[in-house]
Amino acid sequence: MQTFYKQAFEIRKLVLESLAEAGSGHTGGSLGLADVFAVIYFKILRHNPLNPDWEARDRLVLSIGHVAPVLYATLAFTGYFPVEELKTLRKLDSRLQGHPGRDFGLPGLELSAGSLGQGLSVALGMALADKVDHKSRRTYCILGDGELQEGSVWEAIMAASHHQTDNLCAIVDRNGLQIDGPTEQVMKLESLESRWKAFGWHVIPVDGHDHIALIDAFEMAQKKKRKPTVIIAKTIMGKGVKSIENDYRWHGKAPSKEQLAVFLEELNSSNRYD
Amino acid sequence: MTNWINKGSKPTRTGFGEGVKYAADKNDKIIGLGADITMSVGLHFFAEAYPERFFSLGIAEQNAIGVAAGLALSEKIPVFSTYGVFAAHRAADQLRISLCYNNLHVIIGGAHAGISVGPDGATHQALEDVASLRAMPNMTILSPCDATQAFIAVQKAVEELNNPVYIRFGREAVADFTDENQHFDIGKAQLMRDGDELCIIATGHLVWEAIQAAEILARKGIEIAVLNMHTLKPIDKDAIIEAAKKFGKIVTAEEHQVTGGLGSAVAEVLSENYPVQMLRIGMQDRFGESGTAEELMAKYQLDADGIAKQINHWIRD
Repeated sequence: MQTFYKQAFEIRKLVLESLAEAGSGHTGGSLGLADVFAVIYFKILRHNPLNPDWEARDRLVLSIGHVAPVLYATLAFTGYFPVEELKTLRKLDSRLQGHPGRDFGLPGLELSAGSLGQGLSVALGMALADKVDHKSRRTYCILGDGELQEGSVWEAIMAASHHQTDNLCAIVDRNGLQIDGPTEQVMKLESLESRWKAFGWHVIPVDGHDHIALIDAFEMAQKKKRKPTVIIAKTIMGKGVKSIENDYRWHGKAPSKEQLAVFLEELNSSNRYD
Repeated sequence: MTNWINKGSKPTRTGFGEGVKYAADKNDKIIGLGADITMSVGLHFFAEAYPERFFSLGIAEQNAIGVAAGLALSEKIPVFSTYGVFAAHRAADQLRISLCYNNLHVIIGGAHAGISVGPDGATHQALEDVASLRAMPNMTILSPCDATQAFIAVQKAVEELNNPVYIRFGREAVADFTDENQHFDIGKAQLMRDGDELCIIATGHLVWEAIQAAEILARKGIEIAVLNMHTLKPIDKDAIIEAAKKFGKIVTAEEHQVTGGLGSAVAEVLSENYPVQMLRIGMQDRFGESGTAEELMAKYQLDADGIAKQINHWIRD
């Protein structure tokens, strides 16, 4: 089966470079999700970077707007806009807002989001619209694990299974960390699988850095009838840059220009092409 | 000016609900979203006619606003209705980000506005909803004066707008007095009655009470003009400034806190453009309570007698 480690590597590189240029932003989660984004955009999503508003496209809703750098890097890398533009991240008049904003006209962006706990509801609305119209396209929503502490997410989880939206697939970035520290210390989330199951979802736990396992999970989700699927992707915050991996202090920090050089070197040495 | 006659009392929520059903007859993009109180907020007319386009979302308003956003991003025109207290406050962050920041065409029915909700008491009487929503960019706020106007407001909101719209309406049967064929422009106040002493700018069913108050005052030889401010955002600045220039005194009347609602909106326009003396009639920074609608409207001097009394007192001071 085809994997996308080279693409994930490039995405991580762009994430680091754009964050260092911006001087602020969320490094840990953006690096941790690079494999998920590479697999989704290069294998799973039916989309066309040359026609971002293509009517039949699958849609990806990024609920955790703070990992915008990995979305922007992926969109640029897949051809939605020039990679050069990543240098404008978080700057005045940029289309690359700190948290995604549709107002600014970035192609490929489905939703302005960043206040946690809202994206899954919006994705559910999209999935319901497609049900009404008997469209076969799918909606994906990427959530953070800490985000699941917002009660509104569970309203959406409840409603999605009630309405049997099998055209909806949620992905939880289960890196186990949030700003104050490990999720299980800040506010316990386990057992995450049984909680989603109890709410009527089809649950697939997966290693969020294993492309074959991720592709398998997405394909299982596509086949599941009458239930929405959640892929709980176990990830490592900061993945690819050894010195910051699993360090929650890197949730909301950007590398300095000096650190960038070191991080890129670490990224290079951890790189696994295949 | 017209002599306004009550065609028969009717709740504005019924006008809203019938309006949604009527709009949906012509437009299959309309999707209804219910939060358990579907009948109470008038959405049952739609839900019964178009069950395949109605989704029950349970008592979960935050999710409902997000779902509405997702539908609007999919070429649908969602209508979500619940009590104003829940729509504006429980789901405020979803309104701010998922709806307003994304600037999506969603129609939100804010039911049970004001103290005329009655016996349910303070928890269910929306008195701060306008204050909260008026500050949100991209939002339009409509506050029709009767059931007929509520019906028309829904058609206009569906056909003419492309942004979030909050339509505010009440629970009780109130005078239904405007014409089915009236000229109704979003953002343009309607002059309901002319006068010379002052102008009262009212919204919602207090327009009827203001007209009745004008009749009471007319019997004492005080002629006051009545302006129906059915659109609270964007507010009709020109009409407000014109009224201030013509009358020199402005009164506002609303079933809402005087802070943040119509009274504030008018004061903002006047203080920047043409400052005149103002009296703001409404809830004076306090919660409502239980009682019949009639008792409460009298106690808080929001009925015709109360409004006339407050104005009389003010101009004699």
